Amino acid sequence: MRYLPKSPADREAMLKAMGLRSVDDLFAPIPAEYRLNRDLKIPRQMAESEIVDYFRQRSRENAEGYVSFLGAGAYSHYRPVIIDSLISRGEFLTAYTPYQAEISQGTLQSIFEFQTMICELTGMEVANASMYDGSTAAAEAVMMAVRLTGRRSVIVARSLHPEYREVLATYATHQGMPLSTAGFGENGRVNLADLEKSISAETACVLIQSPNFFGTIEDVAAVADIVHRNGALLVVSIAEAVSLGIVEPPREADIIAMEAQSFGVPLGFGGPYCGVIATREKFVRQMPGRLVGQTVDKHGKRGFVLTLATREQHIRREKATSNICTNQALVALMVNIFMTVYGKVGLRELAKQNLAKAAYAAAQFGKQSTVLFGGAPRFNEFVVRTSEDSYAINNRLLGHKVIGGLPLKKFYPELGNAALWCCTELSTRSSIDTAVGLVAESERSVRSAKQEAEEVAR
Amino acid sequence: MKHMTRKATRHVNQNEGLIFEKSSAGKAAWKLPPLDVPEVDSTSLLGGVERRDLGNMPEVSEIEIIRHFTRLSTWNYAIDLGMYPLGSCTMKYNPRVNEAVVRVEGIANGHPYQPEKISQGALQIIKTLSQCLIEITGMDAITLQPAAGAHGEMTGLLMVRAYHHSKGRPRKKVLIPDSAHGTNPATAAMVDYAVENLKSDSRGMVDISALAAQMNEDVAALMLTNPNTLGVFEQDIHKIADILHAKGGLLYMDGANMNALVGKVRPGDFGVDLMHLNLHKTFSTPHGGGGPGSGPVAVKKVLAPFLPKPVLVNKADGTLGFEYNRPQSVGRVRAFYGNFGMFVRALAYIQANGPDGLRQTTEDAVLNANYIRKGLEGAYELPYSTPTMHEVVFSDKLQAKKGVRTMDIAKRLIDYGFHPYTTAFPLIVPGAMMIEPTESESIEELDLFVEAMKSIAEEVEENAQTVLDAPHSTRVSRLDETAAARKPVLRWKPVT
Repeated sequence: MRYLPKSPADREAMLKAMGLRSVDDLFAPIPAEYRLNRDLKIPRQMAESEIVDYFRQRSRENAEGYVSFLGAGAYSHYRPVIIDSLISRGEFLTAYTPYQAEISQGTLQSIFEFQTMICELTGMEVANASMYDGSTAAAEAVMMAVRLTGRRSVIVARSLHPEYREVLATYATHQGMPLSTAGFGENGRVNLADLEKSISAETACVLIQSPNFFGTIEDVAAVADIVHRNGALLVVSIAEAVSLGIVEPPREADIIAMEAQSFGVPLGFGGPYCGVIATREKFVRQMPGRLVGQTVDKHGKRGFVLTLATREQHIRREKATSNICTNQALVALMVNIFMTVYGKVGLRELAKQNLAKAAYAAAQFGKQSTVLFGGAPRFNEFVVRTSEDSYAINNRLLGHKVIGGLPLKKFYPELGNAALWCCTELSTRSSIDTAVGLVAESERSVRSAKQEAEEVAR
Repeated sequence: MKHMTRKATRHVNQNEGLIFEKSSAGKAAWKLPPLDVPEVDSTSLLGGVERRDLGNMPEVSEIEIIRHFTRLSTWNYAIDLGMYPLGSCTMKYNPRVNEAVVRVEGIANGHPYQPEKISQGALQIIKTLSQCLIEITGMDAITLQPAAGAHGEMTGLLMVRAYHHSKGRPRKKVLIPDSAHGTNPATAAMVDYAVENLKSDSRGMVDISALAAQMNEDVAALMLTNPNTLGVFEQDIHKIADILHAKGGLLYMDGANMNALVGKVRPGDFGVDLMHLNLHKTFSTPHGGGGPGSGPVAVKKVLAPFLPKPVLVNKADGTLGFEYNRPQSVGRVRAFYGNFGMFVRALAYIQANGPDGLRQTTEDAVLNANYIRKGLEGAYELPYSTPTMHEVVFSDKLQAKKGVRTMDIAKRLIDYGFHPYTTAFPLIVPGAMMIEPTESESIEELDLFVEAMKSIAEEVEENAQTVLDAPHSTRVSRLDETAAARKPVLRWKPVT
C-alpha cells in the first residue's frame, strides 16, 4: 500500500523486537467471535490514475459548463488563485489544532487576523475562530442568547434561510425552547407589527437575517428597537458576506452569526463552509468555539495562544458553552486570504459590482414578470414571480445550459410561482439577457395561450 | 542533547508582523473586470444602509500576501514535516490525490441547490462513500450530514432521544466513562440529558459491575469509545451491550478510535447501536489547523427512521435523489448535505487502500503503537499494563519526582523535532502522556522518537531545568496563557 512506509522486512523486524510471532497477537484482545475473517466489501485498491479518472467521471455527471443564477446561502464568487496555493502548503494543511502554541504560531496569528477582520466587517468587538457553517452558527448564537438572558423562548424571522430555521428547530426543540415565527411584510422585511405582537418578557432573542433570504436588507435598527425594549437580544444572521462591502453591518445586533462562504470558499455542493460568531466583548464568556488571543512569551516577545478555554468542552465537559471541538480552520484561512486580497477598497468595489448586476437583472426581469419586494433595498438576490411554474421554466432553461433561480414553492407556497435569483460579479450581461429572454418567452406563451382561451370562450 | 541533530536542526526563518501593520492606502492585490451593465448609484439604491467605510481592513499587494502567509506557515509544525503523535487525534498522512480530486470543476463548483438530475455525480459520491462506511462499521444506515465528530455525537444523541421518545419517553440520562473525551458530556448536555459518570476498573476498562448497578430504565444510552482513550479494547463489549439492551438502553460508540479496528472488527457485529466516525481521523482528510472535519453517524436499522433529513434514496426512475418526507426524522443538523468536500477526500482514501490496504493500515497503526510502548517501557511509567491497540498512555510519575510534568516533557520533544503527544488526557491517568504514532511512521522515525523520549528521561535525571525551560529552539518560548485569559486581546487595533 503506497501510503505505508514499511517493507515486509521492517514489519518482521518490529514484531521480532517485541517478541511476537505475528501481528495477529496484537489483536488478541478482540474476542475471536467478533473478528472479521474476510475482506471488507468495498472497491478494490485503485491506482492514483484510476481515482482521478473516477472523480473526473463523477464531475461530468454534475453541472459542468452551466451558467447558474443560484444563491440562497451558497454564492458563486471568483476565488483568487493564491488562496489554493497558500492553503495547500503542508504546514497549514496538515497541522492540528494549535494547542502547542510554540510550534503553531502561523495558524494562531492567521486566526487572530481573521478574528480582527471579521470584527472590522461586522462592527462587533470580538469574533471566534469559526463555527461549522452559517446554519449551526445561527443555532449556537441563539443558544448563547438563551444563556445570556436566562429566558427560553425564541422568535425567528420567516425570512431567515428556511434550512437555517430547520437547523435551529432541531437544536431548540430537544432543549424544550419554544420557537415562534415572525412573518414578512409586503416589502419582504420582517413584519414589525407581527414581531411586536409575539415578543414578550419570556423572549430570549429574535433571530433575523440581513440581507434576508429574499435578498432584502432588513431595517435592523427598527427590529433592534423592538427587541431591546423587551429586554431581549438581537441575533442577526449574514449569509452573503460580500454584502458587508457596501451594506452597513447590523451594528445594533448583540450577536452576529455569519456564513463566510462567499469569501473565497468553493461552492463544493454545500460544504465545507465557514461559520463564525461575532459579538460584544461583554458577552465573550458565553461564546462557543475557539478564540485566539495575543500574549507574550518569557522574553516579552509577542505571540498568540488559544484562550478563554474554560468555556470549552475539553475543560468544562458538560458545563461547556458548546460541544464544538473541530471547527473549520482551513476554510477560515481561505476566508482570511480572500479578505486580505480584496481588503478595504476591493471589497467595496466587489460588492458594488454585485449590486449593479442584480439591479440590472431585476430591472430586465421586471419588464415581463413581477419582481417582488420592491419596497426595500436589496443586495444581489431578488424574487421573480412568473405566470408559469418555476420548475417548468427552469427545466427549459437547463436545455440552454442555464440554471435558473431557486423555485420557492417548497419553502414559501404563499408566494406562488416565485423563484429566488442571484447575480454576482461573475454573472455576465449576456448570460443575464439570455435568462431574461427565456423567462420572457415563457410569459409570452402563457399570455397568448390565455388570450386564445379567452377568444375561444367568446 | 547529543541526539538532537539527528531529527532536527535550527534554521533561519523570517519574522513577520500582522498584515495590518503592512497596509497602506492605495496598495491592492485585486482587479475586477470592467462592469458590463450600467453603473448604479449605490446611495440611491441603498439609502441609509449604504456602507461608506470598511474600517481597518488591510490594503496590501499580492507578493506581500504570498510572503505573509508563507512566512507564517513556516512557524507551524505539520505531519508533512514529521511524526505528530497526538493521541486520540490520529494525525496520519493526508494523501495529495484527495486534494486534487476535490478541485475537479464539477465537484468544486457544484451548487447545493442545482437540480438533482445534474447532480448525479455528487450524489453517487455520497452513495458510494455511505455504502463503504456502512460496510466498514457493520451498521445498516448512515447520515453524512454532521460537520464534525462532536456534531455527529449530537446527531446520534438526538436520534437516541427520538428513539426512546417513540417508545414512550425520552429517558433522563446518559452514562459516560470517566476516560471519555470532553465532547461526550458536553454533547449530552446539549441534548438535555443528565450525565452520569461511569468508573473504569483496574484494567482501564468499563467496570462491568458498576455498569450493571447504574443501569436502569432512566438511562438512554452509554457513550463508549472503543478502543477507549487508553488505547484499550473493551474486551467485555458484549456484556456491556447486553446489560444496556436488557434495560432498553442503547450503546453509542464514539468512533474517534475507529482507525484501530477498520478491516479487523466491526462495531455493528459487537453490539453497537449507533456510532459516529471522524473522517478527519480514520479516513485521512486533513486537520487543516483545526478543521474542517466530518462526522457521519452510522446506525442499526431500528434507528434509521430518525436519521436527519434529507436522506439519499434511489428514485423510481433509477436516479439518485434526496427524500425530505421523513416524519420521524430528528430534523436537520446543518444546512445542505454536510461537508461534501470531506466525503470526496475520504472516498479517494478508501479507493487508494481497498480492503487489503485498509486492513494493513490498521495493523501498522497498532504495530507502531506497540513498538513505541515496548521502546519506552522502563523509561516512563505505564499506568495500565493492559494490551494496547493504536495508542499507548504513559504517565509522568517517574519524572514528577524531579518536578518535571507531562507538559514539560512534551515541550522538550519540540526541541527534538517532534510534535508533542497529547498531554494530561485521559483524565483517569494523572500526568498522562498519550502517544499515537499512526501507521504513517517508518521504523526510522519511530526509533528517533523512542530515542528522543529516552534522552529526555535522562535529561530529567541529569539536568531537569533544561526540560523545564523547554522549548529552546522555537520562535517564541512558552507563552503567558494566564495573562492572555485574564485580559483578553482578541483582535488587533491600530495604535492611536
